[in-house]
Amino acid sequence: MAFDFRIDRRGGIPAYVQIIQQVQQALRLGLLEPGDRLPTARAVVEATALNPNTVLKAYRELESQGLVETRRRHGTFVTGTLGASSADSPWHAELADVAARARASGLERDDLAALFADVLEDLYSSKEPDVVSPQP
Amino acid sequence: MSYPPSPDVALAADGVSKRYRRRGPDVLDDCTFRIPAGVVCALVGPNGAGKSTLLELVAGMRRPTSGEVTVAGGAPRAGHPRVAYLAQHRPLFPRFTVAETLRLGARLNGADWDADLAERVADAGNFHEKDRIGDLSGGERTRVALALTLGKRADLLLLDEPMADLDVLARQEVMGLLMAHVADTGATVVMSSHIISELADACDHLLLLDQGAARLCGDIDELTASHAVVTLAGGPERLAGHTVIESRPAGRGTSALIRPSGAPLPADWEVRTPSLEELVLAHLGAPATPRSPVPPTPDAYLKEPAV
Repeated sequence: MAFDFRIDRRGGIPAYVQIIQQVQQALRLGLLEPGDRLPTARAVVEATALNPNTVLKAYRELESQGLVETRRRHGTFVTGTLGASSADSPWHAELADVAARARASGLERDDLAALFADVLEDLYSSKEPDVVSPQP
Repeated sequence: MSYPPSPDVALAADGVSKRYRRRGPDVLDDCTFRIPAGVVCALVGPNGAGKSTLLELVAGMRRPTSGEVTVAGGAPRAGHPRVAYLAQHRPLFPRFTVAETLRLGARLNGADWDADLAERVADAGNFHEKDRIGDLSGGERTRVALALTLGKRADLLLLDEPMADLDVLARQEVMGLLMAHVADTGATVVMSSHIISELADACDHLLLLDQGAARLCGDIDELTASHAVVTLAGGPERLAGHTVIESRPAGRGTSALIRPSGAPLPADWEVRTPSLEELVLAHLGAPATPRSPVPPTPDAYLKEPAV
């Protein structure tokens, strides 16, 4: 089994973030499961032409998120899982419903994407990420 | 002024100036910087900034008119065993075949030669045994020349426009091999280009040359993080207190690239971190730092031949 990263150089998303996101995405979709092996950092460097530090930074971040583990001489293995967001998730149906109503009221795709990004930003980027803000 | 010798500095220039003719212009003009060991440094600047001249001095192909260059703790010299140099004109023997050229690299470098890497960089499998260097395209010659440079397994790689005549696919492949080589060996790389985006993903360090002097030198993440692109209502006078690199009107407001003074920026400003390209362009677009006045001579117009 192979896993190749695709790096988009024009999108403005830093390359190390793209690596992290692609692993997270693959975990959510079940394309990667615990025990699966990621390519070595060196192989990623050669395939993507990224600076080695960029790839190492991404792998370190994935490790600190508990998603992968690097075992000396054996490579980097998937150890964690991420909540499913597959099509049969109940959240998928609810989000689809909200999105459909937003579109019916005249929102463009970009409006909706910006709104959703904004909501996520409010939810997840508070200064103390572990503290849930008190509900009024 | 001189830097204390440090094993962690791969390359240092101290007040380096270079002029080719006695009354000619200074191609390098009091250029001072240092590059730590183990970084991949983008050497960036407009045409005529002195990039190639600087690399030639570091490679020991020329001597500075004044000032001092330090390479791996000593003076530069041609053929330094720990330094590999890819010259802009890709010097190779045109009558040699590709295979003969790579065998020459092996003979000259002995046990240090990385034959496997050299063959992959040169794309040796792509050539017929009888293909001579003189018959190759510019991009193919570049790959063979780069193969000689990387195969040497040096501690310091000086690459003058290494990707200039490679197609997109070859660029990605060769840059990948170069980065993997860096990951394997920890070599220091200094590579020049006037196309910043070409280097942005591969390099972690920047040396920006402008009119023969070092404008910016440092870790790219630190350099971009120490600057900010701000958009605000009102005129440029609201930027007082910060170092303004470049500013322009944005409707009724102002958009500027600044080096913040350290105090928190007003909450009504929109603030983001610049990209490497924005940072470089802003610094090049900014009025030049005051220099010692040199009366303009006709020679000044001959500094860079029009291409």
